[in-house]
Amino acid sequence: MHPILSTVLQRLALGLLTLFFVSVIIFSSIEFLPGDFTQAVLGQTATEETVAAFRRELGLDQPAYVRYFDWIGALAQGDLGTSFSGRASSGVDRSRAVVDLVGPRLENTLFLATMTAIIAVPLALTLGILAALYRGTVFDRVINAVTLTTISMPEFLVAYVLILFLASLNPIFPSLANITVDTPFWERVYRCALPSLTLTLVIVAHMMRMTRAAIINLLASPYIEMARLKGLSPRKVILTHALPNAWAPIANVVAFNLAYLVVGVVVVEVVFVYPGVGQLMVDAVTTRDIPVVQACALIFAATYIVLNLIADVISIVTNPRLLHPR
Amino acid sequence: MTDTPETYTAKDEVGQVRARRTRWERTWIELKKAPLTAWFGMIVIACYVFVAVFAGWLAPYAEADSSFGAYLPWGDGHVFGTDQIGRDIFSRMIFGARNTMGIAFATTCLAFLIGGGFALMAAISRGWVDQVISRFVDVLMAIPSLIFALMLLSIFGSSIPSLIMIIAVLDSTRVFRLTRAVAMNVVVMEYVEAARLRGEGLGWIMRREILPNIMPPLVAEFGLRFSFVFLTIAALSFLGVGIQPPTADWGSMVRDNASLIQFAQYDLKAGITPLLPAAAIALLTVAVNFVVDWFLMKTSGLKE
Repeated sequence: MHPILSTVLQRLALGLLTLFFVSVIIFSSIEFLPGDFTQAVLGQTATEETVAAFRRELGLDQPAYVRYFDWIGALAQGDLGTSFSGRASSGVDRSRAVVDLVGPRLENTLFLATMTAIIAVPLALTLGILAALYRGTVFDRVINAVTLTTISMPEFLVAYVLILFLASLNPIFPSLANITVDTPFWERVYRCALPSLTLTLVIVAHMMRMTRAAIINLLASPYIEMARLKGLSPRKVILTHALPNAWAPIANVVAFNLAYLVVGVVVVEVVFVYPGVGQLMVDAVTTRDIPVVQACALIFAATYIVLNLIADVISIVTNPRLLHPR
Repeated sequence: MTDTPETYTAKDEVGQVRARRTRWERTWIELKKAPLTAWFGMIVIACYVFVAVFAGWLAPYAEADSSFGAYLPWGDGHVFGTDQIGRDIFSRMIFGARNTMGIAFATTCLAFLIGGGFALMAAISRGWVDQVISRFVDVLMAIPSLIFALMLLSIFGSSIPSLIMIIAVLDSTRVFRLTRAVAMNVVVMEYVEAARLRGEGLGWIMRREILPNIMPPLVAEFGLRFSFVFLTIAALSFLGVGIQPPTADWGSMVRDNASLIQFAQYDLKAGITPLLPAAAIALLTVAVNFVVDWFLMKTSGLKE
């Protein structure tokens, strides 16, 4: 088999295995709940039968591994279970399916993340490469100082500073990003401007520094020196000698930061009251609505793992040493 | 003209009492060479620690004293005004330094104890012990730590002990990775082999043979971990699932006073009140990063 294919397959298998273990961890978290949580969910006045029915619905009368396969099986069919909230002690069940809660919010979060990525990735790569090429100059120093400051700030500080200047003192953008299903596209973009700008600032700082480090590392290698000494033009050195080897680190940097976006989105959504998965998860944690928390955690973790997997595959596929085996 | 007598003898020189520089003198010489940013960082950290330790004496009012009017303006007995239920913001910021930093420090220590301990165990035993622990850590690291922390908090509840435990365990994975990597270079040394052959136990090899030789990267990592833990706790408190009221804490103070930002047009001071605790967090993180940068450059000779 071609060495690339086998390496890629190996990585994919490892990724699937990780995903499996992560789902086991997320599933088994419910095992650590104190024994009387059914009463906590249903209220103190819940009757014996309602509690028993609820326990049966959760499958607590069955061994853990049976419940895991039930859960993962339902998950594969797109059923994430039922929320804990909306249940009453009298047995009236007004709870909603987790899918209905998560679905529309996932769309919103993806919209915000995509919008940020479209702005942030090209910007960060350009700045990073420029800083690496002109390292040691004033441009490089200024960019370094600015990004170091942004990295050290908590996301919510960046967000509130932006709100202070762009929404409160100079009302240009709305400080609340409340969007609904029928908000038109450009209106959506306008309302997402501040959350997206916050995420962009945070991510560009990380991504730009990592790109700069990767490129500088690369430009120090002997074969680049060799190409320069051969008398090639700087442009040719970069495009035909440096870039083929740079794809792997760049793909890693981008994936790492998009994965970072997954986490950053939680705080930013709360600041701007944006109806996304992050906000939903925080609300669910406060009310201890475990099925919703599990679903959100699984979505975030899966995104994180898949992004890292894609980066790995890209760095394998573009690796010149694997592409042209001896 | 008389010859000056030959005063030098080898015997005298050997007989001289050699004054070795004390540890403090050596430290001071290093400190004098430290760049401005490192000094800035150290002074800021010293101020924060001072405020944290003497919070009880420095704060004009008690931590949860809500006997004043809500949203009082700056000045007039309250340096930064009061919050939504009439607590003095300046006092709460001082107590917040103690609480947030104390919790972050305890968490980081615990993370190092757990992560470092397992890492040394893995590095010394190698074989299947190393494989099992390392693969387990790989899986834990596959989940973003803020998301993992949120999930665990929903199960164990948001009390300070569970907050410390959860974040310490999640962060110990990063400590494990680094400690294992640097310890792996040391365990193959002859003196470790010698210690093993003369029958020293696991504990001795960990403490006396390996730990002293991997200290510099660990100290630097401690600084970075501390600022990371600090930011995580602040973020969790900001989300309302970290440190719970009435305990003063910078993250939740930002959340509580966030609505004041909308009034910045009418009263700029009120508008920036919620930014003060957030700025305090950022300043400490910057300070720690400066010091760690300098320390890393010192110990590893890295210039980039």
